[in-house]
Amino acid sequence: MQVTLRIKRFNPEADTQSHFENYQVEVEPTDRVLDALQTVKWYQDGTLTLRRSCAHGICGSDAMLINGRNRLACKVLIRDLGNKIQIEPMRGFRVLKDLVVDMEPFFAKYRQVMPYLVNNDPVPQTERLQSPEEHERFEDTTKCILCAACTTACPSYWSNHEFLGPAAIVQGHRFIFDSRDQLKSERLAVLNDMTGVWRCRTIFNCVEACPRGIDVTKAIGEVKKAILFGKT
Amino acid sequence: MVPIVQGLLGALTYRGSEGQWAWLLHRLSGIGVLLFLALHILDIFLLGLGPGVFDELLFIYKAPPFRVMEVFLIFGVLYHAINGIRIMIIDFWPQSTLVQRTLFRVELVIVAIIFIPAAIAMLAPIFRG
Ligand code: FES
Repeated sequence: MQVTLRIKRFNPEADTQSHFENYQVEVEPTDRVLDALQTVKWYQDGTLTLRRSCAHGICGSDAMLINGRNRLACKVLIRDLGNKIQIEPMRGFRVLKDLVVDMEPFFAKYRQVMPYLVNNDPVPQTERLQSPEEHERFEDTTKCILCAACTTACPSYWSNHEFLGPAAIVQGHRFIFDSRDQLKSERLAVLNDMTGVWRCRTIFNCVEACPRGIDVTKAIGEVKKAILFGKT
Repeated sequence: MVPIVQGLLGALTYRGSEGQWAWLLHRLSGIGVLLFLALHILDIFLLGLGPGVFDELLFIYKAPPFRVMEVFLIFGVLYHAINGIRIMIIDFWPQSTLVQRTLFRVELVIVAIIFIPAAIAMLAPIFRG
């Protein structure tokens, strides 16, 4: 089938402003948006710039605004979108070129929640064991692939770039509720800051955007409660 | 651009679902109610200039267009209050996020049940003339 891709282009070396360009491509309905973008790049216009790596929804490289919603280009099928597809870079980050944005502020926030297990007990001979119930507590938030689809779909983030954003909170949640972790109060302190969980207005755009189906707002709510009642 | 405007404008062009519209309407109704409150403070303040001035200006409130505005006000207060309760439920019982769409729909039904009779009662006198 023929589809029209309307892609937001920006070349920092030539443009002062971004603009849209249309491309006609021949695709199968079962192809993904990524296939269509690669068809453009490989056969029509080699200057089109985008990020992708795994092409299977695992690496989190190709989140973008597809028909007004944040999606992974490698996970959305053409047949679910129709024959007019508008593609823009994610919002709220500086555009480096075309669909590539500067993710550094995103990772800076990720680092703020200290996304690694901290346990100062003597190193055991075997694994640090955990019951299935204890694991269940944070299972959902281990699924994050750091694609930034949630953070850049969040109106609170659009209006305040200081906000840590849903992704960083999800990463915080993953350790705060891990029975093996010993840095809970420090993480909670970071998330209790002005730029932390309280900026969440339970808008649910993050939940809707998450390609891994993480219940982001629930995780944020659990962190809010942990801060409020001091229980994890 | 002012950041808050950026957020609101963003929401108008992002194809979010129920939660986003609920939030947007919450903000707008909040601003509306606040403006009305300011107007109300202003007219009470006019009382200080004497009962004459105050009575003179009361005609504004009696005018039919103002009645219609008041219907909006009722909607704003009602929506803001009930949506606020929904937000509190979500905040205190994070489990409820799993049924957030249903929560929002239930909320709309409650708002409609209270708002429609109230609006009819308020607008009826205008149509009766
Ligand atoms: S390319 Fe890896 S997630 Fe899409």
